[in-house]
Amino acid sequence: MTVVSMTVNEKPVSLDVEDRTLLVYFLRENMRLTGTHIGCDTSQCGACVVHIDGKAVKSCTMFAVQAQGAQVTTIEGLAKDGKLHPVQEAFRDNHGLQCGFCTPGMIMTAVDMIRRKGVMDRATIRHELEGNICRCTGYVNIVSAIEDASKRIAGSAEKAA
Amino acid sequence: MITYPFTYRRAKSVAEAEAMLKAAPESKLLSGGQTLIAAMKMRLANPPELIDISGIKELDYIRVANGAVAIGAATTHWAVATSADVAKAIPALAHLASIIGDPAVRYKGTIGGSVANNDPAADYPSAVLALGATIKTNKRSIAADDFFTGMFSTALDENEIVTEISFPIPEKAAYKKFANPASRYAMVGVFAARTKGSARVAVTGAAPCVFRVPEMEAALAKNFTADAVANIKVGADGMNSDIHGSAQYRAHLVTVMAKRAVAEAA
Repeated sequence: MTVVSMTVNEKPVSLDVEDRTLLVYFLRENMRLTGTHIGCDTSQCGACVVHIDGKAVKSCTMFAVQAQGAQVTTIEGLAKDGKLHPVQEAFRDNHGLQCGFCTPGMIMTAVDMIRRKGVMDRATIRHELEGNICRCTGYVNIVSAIEDASKRIAGSAEKAA
Repeated sequence: MITYPFTYRRAKSVAEAEAMLKAAPESKLLSGGQTLIAAMKMRLANPPELIDISGIKELDYIRVANGAVAIGAATTHWAVATSADVAKAIPALAHLASIIGDPAVRYKGTIGGSVANNDPAADYPSAVLALGATIKTNKRSIAADDFFTGMFSTALDENEIVTEISFPIPEKAAYKKFANPASRYAMVGVFAARTKGSARVAVTGAAPCVFRVPEMEAALAKNFTADAVANIKVGADGMNSDIHGSAQYRAHLVTVMAKRAVAEAA
């Protein structure tokens, strides 16, 4: 057992866990943040994507002890003051989900790619989504949602500037 | 899935990791963990102790000097893919790093981990072998030609830690991968490089271990064009065969991907 301290969605947390505890179980079972999903559990599907120090990684392929001292953001940490994140808004407006199981990972991946790449064409979005699998939609509306979100975020950055 | 129990330790320096390895010889080094953790979850690996070397600052660098690109072992695929220095010196290497796995895997996975693991379908071994890179460890320097010894095996000794991969800068190079659409691992990947008066071709994914194709290299040394390799075939004997492609199919792909790599490099 090891005491692990990290910041999850801007709140400091310290818990004594087994060294073998995967970060996704730490979040779901110890912290009851069940928005982060376990899909394939083999680091292919991306349902478990969270941000570690701003980078989108698969929380099923990382031990909680490795996140010692890290800033962790999960899907629950995106909305601010009761207002959805622009990527969440865009997924709703573009019907970017059907069953919703992959959606938390899709959104966390999308936030990261928009931060890195800004406004993207559809081919770039599809390449960036290679680590996230959706079994319902055929991806068309997910790509539309991310395209839309990237424009909204670029637009509000312009307004702010 | 849950791994067997183990003890986690974090090393702050190569010297500290070395001491930890000596004290617990059954332990494994953990870097990005994108292969090791998956194997532990499947319970294919059962180390009693993990020594995390991913946070060692002295292993995280990219330096271009004396005609070579030197990359610290704990440098992530993402760092290599987005490095302006690598893109300028060996664009094929930056491209290779940019198509390993997916973005989340590239943020975590490291060059040292990939090379030390020597997965038959990993991307980096092809660049290491085709560019005639040198693998530096805490004990010695190993030439690429002596490093990859077989499926998941290398010339590394017990308690040996990869610290750097140094790639000589070629005149021209390109990497072309026929990726498995689900895993993005190479069904067949070919890295072709030209240096002063000679050429090297390394193939990953096709066989149990990365290998060179001397016949293609001889042809390319005289004439570095796709036509020069178009009629050079490799045999299907010893090639990998699975649900994704037969040995014959992979052997055929070697020539196809070699042509594409040379065409892009030339």
